[in-house]
Amino acid sequence: MEKGRAEVSYFRAQARWRPLELAFWAATLLPFVVTPSYLSLASQIAITALFALSLDLLLGYAGIVSLGHAAYFGFGAYSAGLLSKHYLGEPLTGLVVGAAAAGILGYVTSHVIVRFRHLALIMLTLGLGLLLAEAANSASALTGGADGLQGVKMSPLLGFKFDLYGRTAYAYSLAVLFCVFLVARRIIHSPFGLALRGIRENATRMPAIGAPVLAHLRKVYTIAAAMAGAAGALLTQTTSTVSLEVLSFGRSADVLVILILGGAGRLYGGIVGAIIYMVARDQFSGLNPQYWYFWIGLLLVAVVMFLPNGILGGLSALRKKPQ
Amino acid sequence: MFASLAGVLFDGFAFGMLLFLLSVGLSVTLGMMNFVNLAHCSFAMIGGYATVSLANRYGWPFLATLPAAFVAAGGVAIALERTLFRRLYRASDLDQCLLTIGMVFISIAAYAFFYGTVVQSTPMPSYLKGSVQLFGMSFAAYRLFLIAMGLVVAATLVFALETTRFGAQVRAAVDNQRMARGLGIDVDRAFMITFALGGGLAGLGGALAIEIVGLDHAFALNYLVYVLIVVAVGGLGSIGGSFAAAVVLGVSDMAGKYYFPWLGAFVIYLVMVALLMWRPVGLFGKR
Amino acid sequence: MLSARNLNKRFGSLVVAQDLSLELPPGVRYALIGPNGAGKTTLINLLTGMLAPDSGRIFLGGDEITGLKPEARVRQGLARTFQINTVFPQLTPLESVAIAVLERERHAHNWWRGLPAFAPAIDEAQAILERLRLAGVADRPTRELAYGQQRLLEIALALATRPRVLLLDEPAAGVPKDESAELFSVIAGLARELTILFIEHDMNVVFRFASRIIVMVGGRILLEGTPEEVRSDDRVREVYLGRAHARAA
Ligand SMILES: Nc1ncnc2c1ncn2[C@@H]1O[C@H](COP(=O)(O)OP(=O)(O)OP(=O)(O)O)[C@@H](O)[C@H]1O
Ligand SMILES: [Mg+2]
Repeated sequence: MEKGRAEVSYFRAQARWRPLELAFWAATLLPFVVTPSYLSLASQIAITALFALSLDLLLGYAGIVSLGHAAYFGFGAYSAGLLSKHYLGEPLTGLVVGAAAAGILGYVTSHVIVRFRHLALIMLTLGLGLLLAEAANSASALTGGADGLQGVKMSPLLGFKFDLYGRTAYAYSLAVLFCVFLVARRIIHSPFGLALRGIRENATRMPAIGAPVLAHLRKVYTIAAAMAGAAGALLTQTTSTVSLEVLSFGRSADVLVILILGGAGRLYGGIVGAIIYMVARDQFSGLNPQYWYFWIGLLLVAVVMFLPNGILGGLSALRKKPQ
Repeated sequence: MFASLAGVLFDGFAFGMLLFLLSVGLSVTLGMMNFVNLAHCSFAMIGGYATVSLANRYGWPFLATLPAAFVAAGGVAIALERTLFRRLYRASDLDQCLLTIGMVFISIAAYAFFYGTVVQSTPMPSYLKGSVQLFGMSFAAYRLFLIAMGLVVAATLVFALETTRFGAQVRAAVDNQRMARGLGIDVDRAFMITFALGGGLAGLGGALAIEIVGLDHAFALNYLVYVLIVVAVGGLGSIGGSFAAAVVLGVSDMAGKYYFPWLGAFVIYLVMVALLMWRPVGLFGKR
Repeated sequence: MLSARNLNKRFGSLVVAQDLSLELPPGVRYALIGPNGAGKTTLINLLTGMLAPDSGRIFLGGDEITGLKPEARVRQGLARTFQINTVFPQLTPLESVAIAVLERERHAHNWWRGLPAFAPAIDEAQAILERLRLAGVADRPTRELAYGQQRLLEIALALATRPRVLLLDEPAAGVPKDESAELFSVIAGLARELTILFIEHDMNVVFRFASRIIVMVGGRILLEGTPEEVRSDDRVREVYLGRAHARAA
């Protein structure tokens, strides 16, 4: 019995909140006081972090590579945008609708996607992403096409108007990020999360210990799609517009870069990656976007060759070394 | 109506030849090593810009620039294979994907830096301009040339693969890499040569593409999808499959643009996704 | 307990299973022997649903399982191990075995409660690891374990599904002789009512631990009988023992 308790405590220790984590979340409040003029950037970061977190569940924990994750982000963004344009501008409803719409799309597409691995999976996710982007482009009557969706009007959020400084926007994005993060954290420390890691580690062994691999993957795919949809909805609501870019291959590639940079398979990988990536892009905003991508390309090559577990992986390796 | 149908078929076939040149190398190298090279179209850009530079700056005749495009792209392919790609054959497909996407980004930025973002063109010799009258219809001379090039390359490849010793090694390696190694075939060397040839052919395709679709810095990304579709539909490692898939794709793309212009590339993507779902190893793939 | 009727399977022109029928009564320790390439692993793949037979039927405890997916068969009590270690390199043995226990207890879909809430399952996982002498390394990543320990973890994973029938594909493959004896004594110590079929090339081990033996050659069952019957059978001696003795000499 004594032994057993010790073993449960192994899992408890894994799931325990560490001081650094608490400090991190406390620090996310700093922009309100320290850099109030950068609050809209901060909310962009929070949204991107949320998007990267959803990809992390897929890629980092379940091992599903996706080159088309923007499909769900964009679907959520357009759903929330269309809702507020035509029916009601209440943000929380829009958030739920965006997440639900993307979740449904994720559930439907998951039936196809989780059957594939390797090259076929990469091409299929790429193809689905492009397909949706092209559909949105063609259906310009609905989406506004290349001009973007105009006339998105947001009502105040629980009585707070979306102000010019982005105070409400950041508070809102941060709150949603934190809530979804709590859910993701719960998932990865749950039996389901453990099963996902099992699939990532060895998908052939899982059926042999009684695990319905495809059902697990469909579920995580749906959850991740809904999270991505929530991120898209947030972008729509905090910027009051939707452009085709939300569905673009560039966005799918960016989020992959962000996650890999931060460290896939780590809860904070996507968040750390988003902070570094977005801040750097803001600092170099004077740079022609072409050249920005030159550095991103170089970074990708460097990370793959020298830092396979991302920045967080590199840091934790450094910390372990002296012992 | 019939005339336009014939025209669409002709233009589509010519476009298909272009796609074949661009993608055949990727198909064969993927079949051999399972190395996911999303930067394949960057080789095409190398060829394209080599032709633009030689023709526009140094006044080379167009035809003379084509071998140069082949050599330049093939040379860079060898250099990259030796230094970077080689280390990632055993890596996960994600890592391969990331590395090669990184290279796409780098190549796009590099060309934007050196050549700007305008669409490049290059002067054509008079005998490739205008059109030729055949069976009471007129065919663009350049497209005829393109078709001839595609057919010659396809025939040469099939012939070489079927009859030469090296071809047999490549076929064995595509069929079953491990068994080929067991038979004492130097798969790494065979792969390197195939990779260089594939890169060279893509470079040739890039040079030939200038007149048809133009060349700009984003070529590596814009045509990646087409190339992937050809590979996916044609099946890994199959030259005949790539040829057929490229023709089907070229014709349906042209037909889509001609008859349903408002749908854009939607049809193509739909076809790709549907085909992948139906047969993930491609129409002609063995695995 | 487990029975198969007229299983057939071919890969292209290669016949790997020809009219295989077998009947494993409860609690029996079966050895499956045969030269390399005889189709032993293929038989396990067919029984566990990792390969679909071209024809034939499979029953577990009287119920037909021919059409079931591998994971469904596991849930009915049919577990296996792999000839080549098929484990979870980055997970710890405790985590790996816990997956199997949680899956069996139908908790694996649960994403809203933390793992510490599943103490009985985790305790059971730990108990299984203790039984297989892996408790000392339960918290280390599996890839850091010695090869022999990973072989044991293979068995622990299968046991965690609480099987009625356990199919072991060369459990001692690649394990040194002395360790292999130890490993088989662990296997011999498993619950009496568990039906076990193990593939093994070492005839000493086979004769010591099996109560019955199946001999496979070229995708066919040559003979099924007690160790004595197999030992004295001329055909077996010819196709199998003869060669094995020749190799040993
Ligand atoms: N997926 C497959 N495709 C084609 N042939 C296969 C496949 N799996 C196995 N084989 C062939 O079937 C035959 C039987 O293989 P199997 O692995 O069942 O033999 P085995 O009796 O387990 O041998 P060993 O003692 O070496 O493990 C072999 O000739 C093998 O090459
Ligand atoms: Mg075997």
